[in-house]
Amino acid sequence: MKIENEMKISFISKSENEGFARTAVSAFAALCDPCVEDIADIRTAVSEAVTNCIVHAYRGTQGIVEITARILTGNELYIRIKDKGCGIADVKQAMEPLYTSAPFEERAGLGFAVMESFMDRLTVRSEVGRGTVVTMRKKIGGKDE
Amino acid sequence: MSVKILEEENRTVAVLSGEIDHHSAKGIRNEIDYAVREKQPQELVLDFSDVGFMDSSGIGLVMGRYKLMQELNGKVIVRNPPAHIKKVMRLSGIDRLAAISSGEEGVCKK
Repeated sequence: MKIENEMKISFISKSENEGFARTAVSAFAALCDPCVEDIADIRTAVSEAVTNCIVHAYRGTQGIVEITARILTGNELYIRIKDKGCGIADVKQAMEPLYTSAPFEERAGLGFAVMESFMDRLTVRSEVGRGTVVTMRKKIGGKDE
Repeated sequence: MSVKILEEENRTVAVLSGEIDHHSAKGIRNEIDYAVREKQPQELVLDFSDVGFMDSSGIGLVMGRYKLMQELNGKVIVRNPPAHIKKVMRLSGIDRLAAISSGEEGVCKK
């Protein structure tokens, strides 16, 4: 798959950067002419992934969240969100809808379910003590044709 | 993000505007809970008409208010969520806990 365009951002895992991150990625995604619904889906999926980094990966500490976004041939958007936080011991369990390790903070346990349903493809790779890499893909504009 | 609280008879309306995410949810939660504990209404209306963005943190917010209103034997009504917010709500099944209404039927305008 050929890379047509690419951008990278990295920022400190502060909650005020959640809005910045989803806005930056959606501005980049706008280059491949998405419809309003696509943009809303992308913003929501990125927000979920970045929130996971802040709430879980870097819980009680601060670290760097790195996002790489690419536009691939065929108008497909690729997003990779990477942290060097605590990692996830059981990825399968973490991805189960309504599972949360932080129920008392009113976390709904739906982050991965939202990413999975709003994007076409989702992969989560994680290693305890080293961090987590979430990659998502979404074909843009297919539905309007 | 801002919350405007309107007190009506037996009902508290929280008019939300802006973006609801993990960062903003805590402030919204505190304001609503303060008003609810003070007034102990039978109904809590969360008005989403002016909310431009919401991720699953908003679902946590609605679920938490549902629990709070259950303690008071009251209910939660989600009013006017825009299309993409409805999509997140449908995915979560929150529509089974809180009634989702559109329009302003039955609301006393002041």
